[in-house]
Amino acid sequence: MFKILQKSFRVGTATADYPRVAPRLAEQYRGCPEFDFAAWSDARPAAEACPTGAIAVSDHDGARQVTVDYGRCIFCGECEAASANGAVKMSRQFELAVTTRRDLVLTAEYTLRSDGSHAELKSATSGPAVEEPGKRIAEAIEDLLGRSLSIRQVDAGSCNGCEQEIVALNNPVHDIERFGIHFVASPRHADMLLVTGPVTRNMELALRKTWAATPDPKIVVAVGACGISGGIFGTNYASLGGVDAVIPVDVYIPGCPPRPEALLYGILLALGKVRQRGGSHSR
Amino acid sequence: MTPLFEELRERFPEQIRSIDEPVPDQVTVLLSGPDVTEIARHFLSEYQARLVTVFAEDRVKAEAVFYNYYLFDRPGDTAWVVLKAPIPADHPSFPSLAAELPAVNWQEREIQDWFGLEAAGHPNPRRVALHDNWPDVHPLLKDFPLDTVLPLFEGERHVYRPAYGEGVFHIPVGPVHAGIIEPGHFDFAVAGEPILYLQLRMFYTHKGTEKLFENIPIHRAVFLAESISGDSAFSHGTAFCEAVERAAEIEVPRRAQWMRVILLELERIANHIADVGAIANDVGFVIANAHAGRIREMVLGMNEMLTGSRVLRGMVGIGGVRRDWQQAQVEAIESTLAVVEREFHDLVVILQASHSTRHRLERTGILRPEKASMLGVVGVAGRASGVNLDIRRDHPYEAYRHLSFSVPVYQAGDVRHRMKVRIDEVAESVQIIRSAVSRLPEGSHRAPAQPIPPDRCALSAVEGWRGEIVHWVRTGEGNCLERCKVKDPSINNWPAIVEAVEGNIVADFPVINKSFNLSYSGTDR
Repeated sequence: MFKILQKSFRVGTATADYPRVAPRLAEQYRGCPEFDFAAWSDARPAAEACPTGAIAVSDHDGARQVTVDYGRCIFCGECEAASANGAVKMSRQFELAVTTRRDLVLTAEYTLRSDGSHAELKSATSGPAVEEPGKRIAEAIEDLLGRSLSIRQVDAGSCNGCEQEIVALNNPVHDIERFGIHFVASPRHADMLLVTGPVTRNMELALRKTWAATPDPKIVVAVGACGISGGIFGTNYASLGGVDAVIPVDVYIPGCPPRPEALLYGILLALGKVRQRGGSHSR
Repeated sequence: MTPLFEELRERFPEQIRSIDEPVPDQVTVLLSGPDVTEIARHFLSEYQARLVTVFAEDRVKAEAVFYNYYLFDRPGDTAWVVLKAPIPADHPSFPSLAAELPAVNWQEREIQDWFGLEAAGHPNPRRVALHDNWPDVHPLLKDFPLDTVLPLFEGERHVYRPAYGEGVFHIPVGPVHAGIIEPGHFDFAVAGEPILYLQLRMFYTHKGTEKLFENIPIHRAVFLAESISGDSAFSHGTAFCEAVERAAEIEVPRRAQWMRVILLELERIANHIADVGAIANDVGFVIANAHAGRIREMVLGMNEMLTGSRVLRGMVGIGGVRRDWQQAQVEAIESTLAVVEREFHDLVVILQASHSTRHRLERTGILRPEKASMLGVVGVAGRASGVNLDIRRDHPYEAYRHLSFSVPVYQAGDVRHRMKVRIDEVAESVQIIRSAVSRLPEGSHRAPAQPIPPDRCALSAVEGWRGEIVHWVRTGEGNCLERCKVKDPSINNWPAIVEAVEGNIVADFPVINKSFNLSYSGTDR
């Protein structure tokens, strides 16, 4: 007993104060890729290299549409390696959660040269609307002090990569309970379903039943590239793709897997929604 | 070719068509028909060999046959032996070995599900991977398109073996579990507290992985391999790359081989530390789990510094690794490792001082050595039950042939010893990494990219942190694969949990299950 106490005193506080303080990321950490569409002379090599089809090109009438889907991206860095002029750069950005699926998709239109490379950028959507990380979340926490959120995690077919990082939310470093958030054993006790994917054919019914067993108001968070879009598995004879192919989704958290801070960011983002929805229900 | 194969030829002149060694240390014995029973018996009894895995391949279009492959491992021999048994397309049936060899029970039924080949005489021939709502399809047949949309189908409901008696009842659990774990269904038959019989139903996370391997180019397939079981991303990724490298005769630069060793051992350390904490947690020793979580974060931070990913993704590639290390990164391994070693040691001291924890773990969930070897149990769970296997030592790959380390083996087979194997292995891994860092050669980190020649077959085996991972590939045209078989250690070890829980109380199931910590996704693919 003495040894246990002694050790605890020696270690002190292990918890990192995210989101108030930005996490200490290794210099080598890979967040999402960022695209300088004007400098991108050819998207085809990146599209060819991308393992999940997150970068796609479609050519018609001497023009090319390029789409980049952060909902499929696994942050592998192959697009950066395949693109010239530093047009694609891996950033350190991981706070990517959004409430609308299409906010994860960027598009750019180019006119083409005869060799198929880009001649001129005609239009491009800007990057995903990354909000000031600290501010909105800090507000959400203030509002939520004194209340709690219960999460039921559902693995609807994942490779267990996302589960590892979700488990890490409970360790002393990330300590999700400091927000009054905890994981519960039954959907009947839950306010939120935190769902990883892809949703397999063999898990579809279980996911539907779990959703039905969760009392209203409830929110659903789709975790990781596979939870959002099916990721590298996409849709096939055994995979139905992302969670929103089966149940309605409120928040999408990109990553492969999303690091614990990215999960926290997404969950806290969703909390705004809890209040919204709870409010509208009680009215 | 060793005298062994001369003997085999003499003994089975009718059955054996040819023996060759297309890849060093990988001997292929081509048989004349689908019946391997006698030769398999001979391997098991005369050579004390172990049947590692059995899988099939659809070669109907190319050769008008299916093949079943039986992979054997003989103690003391670094060469693998593959029995390749042709099955005529017009008579798709092969004699089952499951009655004699329970280790192949699920794997033979997988062959039935995936290819429609009948495992004749299988004691329990029901579907295993395709659940009740699947029509009569066989997805790994070449004429079954990957993106087939299957209509909903009202199948016969899976029946669990009933248990009767006064006070006997069933507890159905899952597929959605109470903790943050993967989905599977457990049906406990219990008499009050003690478990009489546990039945498992898996494959809830089946996502068409092996089929998908046949439909994407190899450079993308590496990332798919990382998603077979996310907690073993680097081990599965490495196993996949090695299989392709051997098939295509790509030489991995020495520096990359040592870098792979360091990362494989970091994956082992991170997972073992997490498991030690989680086992303690499941018997209520929460503070130990808190320390384990904290120490694990240090390892994940090191992973991120070395690969850009906390869980080692996007690093391994065909021909080596994708990113080289600066000297500063290599030096940081040593300093962080020293902290991890010290902190983990303190955790172990705390754990060992707790008598109540010891009482809960000792003689809980015993897997007897004879059962373990009968079921073909591998990895941590095997070594805790007397199965003295470690691919790093027995079939060395990468730079392991230049390293010496000890392999902990215990006979007790209880939860405590599955934890002890992990504790011992963390210490060994720390030494392996130290040694690898001090001997890390200069030079290239990746062989130049080259086209992969078609129609080459090779296998690879990697000792992942959980146990033996096997990949087998046949390359195809245009840098693609014709077939990729994946064997995660979990597929061998699930049936061992059934044995280990028998007679234990239901309340001890979580800790027993955790002490095996098997991958559902690796099993289901």
